[in-house]
Amino acid sequence: MKLITHNMLTSKCLKGVTTGYPLSIKATNVKVTEVDFNPEFITRIIPKLDWDVLWSAADSIGHSEGLPKTVEPKFEDDEEFLKKAHRVLLEIEVEEGHLTCPESGRQFPISKGIPNMLLTEAEVQ
Amino acid sequence: MSKRPEHLAPPELFYNEAEARKYTQNSRIIDIQGQMTERCVELLLLPEDAPCLLLDIGCGSGLSGTVLEENGHMWIGMDISPAMLDVALERETEGDLILADMGEGVPFRAGCFDGAVSVSALQWLFNADKKSHKPVKRLYTFFSTLYAALSRSARAVFQFYPENESQIELLTTQAMKAGFYGGVVIDYPNSAKAKKFFLVLMTGGSAPLPKALGTEDMNDNLEIKYARREATKNARGKPLKNTRAWLLEKKERRRKQGKETKPDTKYTGRKRSGRF
Ligand SMILES: C[S@@+](CC[C@H](N)C(=O)[O-])C[C@H]1O[C@@H](n2cnc3c(N)ncnc32)[C@H](O)[C@@H]1O
Repeated sequence: MKLITHNMLTSKCLKGVTTGYPLSIKATNVKVTEVDFNPEFITRIIPKLDWDVLWSAADSIGHSEGLPKTVEPKFEDDEEFLKKAHRVLLEIEVEEGHLTCPESGRQFPISKGIPNMLLTEAEVQ
Repeated sequence: MSKRPEHLAPPELFYNEAEARKYTQNSRIIDIQGQMTERCVELLLLPEDAPCLLLDIGCGSGLSGTVLEENGHMWIGMDISPAMLDVALERETEGDLILADMGEGVPFRAGCFDGAVSVSALQWLFNADKKSHKPVKRLYTFFSTLYAALSRSARAVFQFYPENESQIELLTTQAMKAGFYGGVVIDYPNSAKAKKFFLVLMTGGSAPLPKALGTEDMNDNLEIKYARREATKNARGKPLKNTRAWLLEKKERRRKQGKETKPDTKYTGRKRSGRF
């Protein structure tokens, strides 16, 4: 699971949960893979992100070093910043661990980099 | 007797390790899924030349995702079959994957995707694989949560295999209830082989209208429930991408622009054998 996915993912499909966001991360294995840098994509995606959630997620898995806590108004001209955002959004991946729903405490295991969001029959809305 | 996989077993069992491998290695399947995904991307009418974030619903082993990558987009895929997702991992697709059942809802926050595609997966939602499964309810849950996860003016395009008219009715009704408008586009309706169904759903707002593929006609057609494209070559818009006709037309355009272009031969637009 890349942090871009974590920034979008919720547990709101659980019965009784309203926002289910942000999910907290417990990682036992994190890997970093190189991904081609596409400044245009990063520039387009940043306004859609919850940056605070991204920063905290990176911090919780030990990868917040050097990552700015806020997005500057003219971020699109700051290549240095876009590269940092690129790295944290696309290159850092949680391989093993779990996510926890902030409302219900329900845990979703992450295995081989894939979060298991399947619900039981009783959990479906 | 029915040969539809949906009738044989639930998707997470039907797409087991052996089937996932067989499916992903079959060159005919790779071709067809690729072509249908290209068509889905066309129908999405994404802003031109902008790398987008797309959701691939029932992404399987990533055959559809590969085409999204080739078109310059980043994707997140959801699928119910762990075996299919394992093959996607092996293939090192660029998309990120989650294991999820679309009938339980789309677990993403509001407005995050620029568009969604789904290739050959939607028909599985007509199944009731568990006692608790009610297809109508699952369809509605799916469409309403999908609607929420799309950004304003984004579209969702599904290539799917309906069994009968009433399934198409049910799909469109549930999608409209969830807030979408749109309809079913049928490519090559008169050809048994090439006939393909695409459910095109729009969230409203003003969609950017690209120059591609006889858009004027298509938008008219989308207003009616069963939009049809002519099967006759060139009757409307461009020929289907990556076909010989498409290539020839592209080369002709290049020549007119005075660009260097290889002459047309009987090999133009043929598949390479892969052995040189
Ligand atoms: C024919 S495959 C297509 C895979 C991929 N889109 C492609 O073009 O190659 C259909 C996929 O839909 C998935 N599927 C079926 N029902 C599903 C559901 N309820 N939720 C998520 N995925 C589902 C299956 O597991 C399978 O991987």
